Amino acid sequence: MIALSDYLTLSAILFGIGMAGIFINRKNVIILLMCIELILLAVSTNFVAFSRYLSDINGQVFVLFILTIAAAEAAIGLAILVVMFRQRNTINVEELDSLKG
Amino acid sequence: MWSSELFFVYPEVVLTTFASFILLLDLWLSPKSKWIIYTLSQLALMATMYCLIQLIAFTPTIVFNGAIILDSISLSLKLIICLFGSFVFIYTRKYLFDRQEFKAEYFILCLFSILGMMILVSSYNFLSLYLGIELLALPLYALITMLQGNKLATEAAMKYFIMGALASGMLLYGISLLYGVTGSLSLIAVAEHLSISSAAPSLTLMFGLIFVFVSLAFKFGAVPFHMWLPDVYQGSPIIMTLFIGTLPKLAAFGFAIRMLNDTFPSLHFHWQPLLITMGILSLIIGNVVAIAQSNLKRMLAYSTIAHMGFLFLGLSLGSEAGFIAAYNYILIYALMALGGFGVMTLLSCESIEAENIQDFQGLSSQHPWFAFLMMLILLSLAGIPPFSGFYAKFFIIKELIDSGYLGLALFAVLMTVIGAYYYLRIIRVMFFDAPQGSKIQTSLASPEAIVLTLNGFLLLILGIFPAALYQFCQVLVLTAF
Repeated sequence: MIALSDYLTLSAILFGIGMAGIFINRKNVIILLMCIELILLAVSTNFVAFSRYLSDINGQVFVLFILTIAAAEAAIGLAILVVMFRQRNTINVEELDSLKG
Repeated sequence: MWSSELFFVYPEVVLTTFASFILLLDLWLSPKSKWIIYTLSQLALMATMYCLIQLIAFTPTIVFNGAIILDSISLSLKLIICLFGSFVFIYTRKYLFDRQEFKAEYFILCLFSILGMMILVSSYNFLSLYLGIELLALPLYALITMLQGNKLATEAAMKYFIMGALASGMLLYGISLLYGVTGSLSLIAVAEHLSISSAAPSLTLMFGLIFVFVSLAFKFGAVPFHMWLPDVYQGSPIIMTLFIGTLPKLAAFGFAIRMLNDTFPSLHFHWQPLLITMGILSLIIGNVVAIAQSNLKRMLAYSTIAHMGFLFLGLSLGSEAGFIAAYNYILIYALMALGGFGVMTLLSCESIEAENIQDFQGLSSQHPWFAFLMMLILLSLAGIPPFSGFYAKFFIIKELIDSGYLGLALFAVLMTVIGAYYYLRIIRVMFFDAPQGSKIQTSLASPEAIVLTLNGFLLLILGIFPAALYQFCQVLVLTAF
């Protein structure tokens, strides 16, 4: 029997990996996008686990909305990425440094 | 129709219809008749405002199984967002037409973003709140990259996108924890659950609270979640900065009221230190770093951070008086930001973006009226009486002192004094430096110049009669709760 706490631990770990990936990663913008997806999936796991545990359907409905919006978000992120690659010929995070002060 | 719940979201329905219609219409319009897009967008906002006014008599109402609330706060915020949106469109018209690259997408994306703001301020459960936030933010990412060939804008959009997605991820994680603890997504049910349980809040609940507040701070751009704000303000073309700098702040205020007053009033003891700390840090970082900037957009971004610090101090009181002062503050701030970025938009012409402080050298000899308006706005931002910016700060400081936070009030005043330096520096540059060659052609009789004049003088008039706006906010806040 898998307890609620197991699901929560799993999602906390996924969330932590996602966050760490965003802050540690200095190489590639695509990895940032993947980390964002990972965070959203961690949240979805949380919602489904709570929904099952509370016998309340609202959590699972929320997950459907999260998945839809995650797709829209990824589309916009990749579109910006394409524009960026056309202009700079690179998607290196470290070269995103012309704005500072 | 009157019995249907759809009636209460009529403004949103009208706005969606208009935006979708404009999106389709754009396909068939020749480049010469693009002015129709502009007219229709203004019409969309007017129609939405008209529908909103029809709904005033029905407040407060909760519809769609508690997903949407229509109270005086949400209704007034929606009206003001639409009104300021209309101002933004007036200011940007000339900029877009001058550049021979009139893009209907600007208006369409702005309208959809405004729709997201309207959903956000009237959301009454976490699902509609999240959808509102995303609908607000997603068009903005696309908006920034819209004008082609601008490398800085692409970088700004990428940074905004990553930080925005991270913030909404954190918000969702917070919501999921709150859902797990309280078993409900409705704001009012969560609030009831929190007020009934007398025991100390559990660690899970505190984590949820903190994650939600992180995303709130991100939306306002308060320190330590401010990193995106200067980059986005500087990198975006000025017409996008004009939009991003004004309307989302009003929507974020609605978000804050929903959280602080409707969801977590019983945890005030726990979130007050968070808001005070972020407020103090924002005041320090915003005011000190702004001094070193040579780009006016970046300077105004840091000034925004400082203003948000002030707002957070007002919100942190968690009392009705605090919310009234904060509402007053955000309205005046939005008006000032609108004017400041509006002047910069009008001074930007075909080839030049008036964004560096150098570009404003000797403005008074070339465009005395714009220099005068900019002076009004900057003095108001600095908080110098009799401008309305002074009274915005005055009411917050008064509430702080009334609640016994004398040290905090003194600190806020001290930071305002530091802040005055960099605003006054711009005025000195405009009036006492030699001009750098004339380049800007703007007629004073154009509609945008007239609206800008109205905007500038409104700041003065609201400063001479500060009680009017304050009492307006008082009525709105007191009837909402």
